Amino acid sequence: MSDGALAASGITRGFSGAKVLHAVDLSVPKGGVLAILGPSGSGKTTLLHILGGLLRPDAGHVELPFERPAFVFQDPLLLPWRTARGNVAFGLAGRRLSRAERLARARSMLVKVGLGHSEAGLYPHQLSGGMKKRVALARALVIEPDLLLLDEAFSALDVGLSREMQQLVRLDAQERGVTVVLVTHDLSEAVRLADEAVVLSGRPGRIVTRLSIDRPSRLRDDAFVEEEIRRIAGQEAIRDAFRPTLSG
Amino acid sequence: MPKISWRRLAGGGERRWGMLGLAAVVALWEMGHSAYGDFVLPSPLSTLAALGRLASDGDLLPAIVTTMRDALSGFLAATLAGSVLGGLAGRSMPVRAMLQPTATMLIGVPAIAWVVLSLLWFGGSGLAATFSVAVAAGPVVFAAATQGTRTVDGGLRTMARAFRVPLGAVIVDVYLPHVLSYLLPALGTALAMSWKVAVMAELLSGAGGIGDGLAAARAEVDTAKTMAWVIVVVALLLVVDRLVIEPVRRHFETWRRGLPGETA
Repeated sequence: MSDGALAASGITRGFSGAKVLHAVDLSVPKGGVLAILGPSGSGKTTLLHILGGLLRPDAGHVELPFERPAFVFQDPLLLPWRTARGNVAFGLAGRRLSRAERLARARSMLVKVGLGHSEAGLYPHQLSGGMKKRVALARALVIEPDLLLLDEAFSALDVGLSREMQQLVRLDAQERGVTVVLVTHDLSEAVRLADEAVVLSGRPGRIVTRLSIDRPSRLRDDAFVEEEIRRIAGQEAIRDAFRPTLSG
Repeated sequence: MPKISWRRLAGGGERRWGMLGLAAVVALWEMGHSAYGDFVLPSPLSTLAALGRLASDGDLLPAIVTTMRDALSGFLAATLAGSVLGGLAGRSMPVRAMLQPTATMLIGVPAIAWVVLSLLWFGGSGLAATFSVAVAAGPVVFAAATQGTRTVDGGLRTMARAFRVPLGAVIVDVYLPHVLSYLLPALGTALAMSWKVAVMAELLSGAGGIGDGLAAARAEVDTAKTMAWVIVVVALLLVVDRLVIEPVRRHFETWRRGLPGETA
C-alpha cells in the first residue's frame, strides 16, 4: 500500500497475557473514512490506539504516513487547569505559532463546534459532558489533521448535536482530504460517515465482516441511512457479532 | 503560636474571627504576665519595647539579613534538588526505588543532629546553616514531588503524546500544574522548617543571625529580648510565605475555583 494510505496487517496485541486483538488487517486510502464497529470489549479502542501509533502491536505492521494525527478519545481528556480555549490551543503546542495565534485559532474552532465566547473561558469542571466532548473535538480539528481518529466522539451528545458534529467532521475531512478512522457503537453514525466499515468481534477481537457504503456521504439522506442500517443489521455476520452483548 | 489565626487574617470574611483569636492570645499573655511577673513572662508591651531597642541598637537588620540568607539559600537548594530528583523518581521506578529509602532515612534524622554534624563539617561559616536547612527540608520537597509526578493522569499523558506535544510543553502544561498541587503545601512546610533549622544552626554556630541574637539574649537572661526575637522569626516567616508562596499558589490554582470543596 502506498500513496499516503493507512495500512495495517496482521495486528495482534495482548495486555498482561490476555490477547485482545488477533491478526487484524485493514487499509484506508488517503481521504477515506473507515468505521470500526463491534460490541464492547472487542478491542476497538486498542485497535484505534495502534492505528494512531500510541500502542505498539505485539505482532504485525502499521504504515502511518501522516504528519499531523489527531485524536478524540472516549473520555474528553481535557487539562483541568486550562480553559476550553487553552485546551484547544494545547493541540497546537507543537506548532511554531505565536501564543496569540494559537488562541485565535482555538477561539474560532470553538465557535465552529458551537461554543461561544462565554464558554471559551470556562474550565472543564464548569462544562457539561457534551460541551467537553465538543472541546475535545475542536482540539482535534484545530490542528488541521491529516489523520483523524475518533473514539466514540459523538456518543455523549444529544441526537441533533451529534448530527451537527458529524456533519462538521465530514465537511472538514472532505475539504482537506483527511483520512478518518472512527470507532463507534452506533451503526447510524457509521452509515452516515464511513466509506467502509469493519466489524470486530470475539475475544480476542478479529474482523468478522467488512462492509462498504458506496453512496457518497454528502448524498446520504435519512431515508438512505435508515434503509442501509436495516440492510446491514439483517446480515447474519452482524447479528452474530453483536449477539454476545445482546444475550448478556 | 498564633500562626493559624494569622493565616486567616487574609481570609476576607474570616478576618474578624482571626483578629478575635489574636486578641485572645494577647489577653492571655497579659494575664500570664500579671500572674508570673516580668522575669517569666514579660508583658506584650515590654516585648515590643525590647524589639524597638533591638532595632535602634542596629542589631535587628543585620540579624534578619543573615537569617534570611541562611534560611532561603538552604530552602532554595532543597527546592531545586528535591523537585528535580522527585520529578525523576516519580517517572522512573529504578530511580524511585534507589532514592526513596535514602529520603526516608534523611527525614528520620533530627534536624539538630544535622546542625551539629554540619558545624563539625563546615565550622562556623554560614555554609553550616545552609547545609543543615537544605538537608532537613530537601526530603520533604522530594517526597511531595515524587508523589505528585507519580499521580499525573495517564490519560492526559497519552493525549499529549497523541498530539505530538513537545516535552517542554508537556512538562509545563501536563505535569507542572498537577505536581504543584502536591508541591506547594510541601514548600510551605519546608519554608517554615527552613527558618527553624536556620535559627537553630545560628544559635549553635554563633556566626550571626537571629539564632545568635537568641543565644545572646539567653546569656543575658533577658526574656523580653528572647521573645522579641521569636516575634521577628514568626513575622519573617509569614512575610515570606505571603510574598512568595501565596502568590504562586494563587496563580496556579485559579482553575480550582468552583470545584466541589473549594471556596469560590
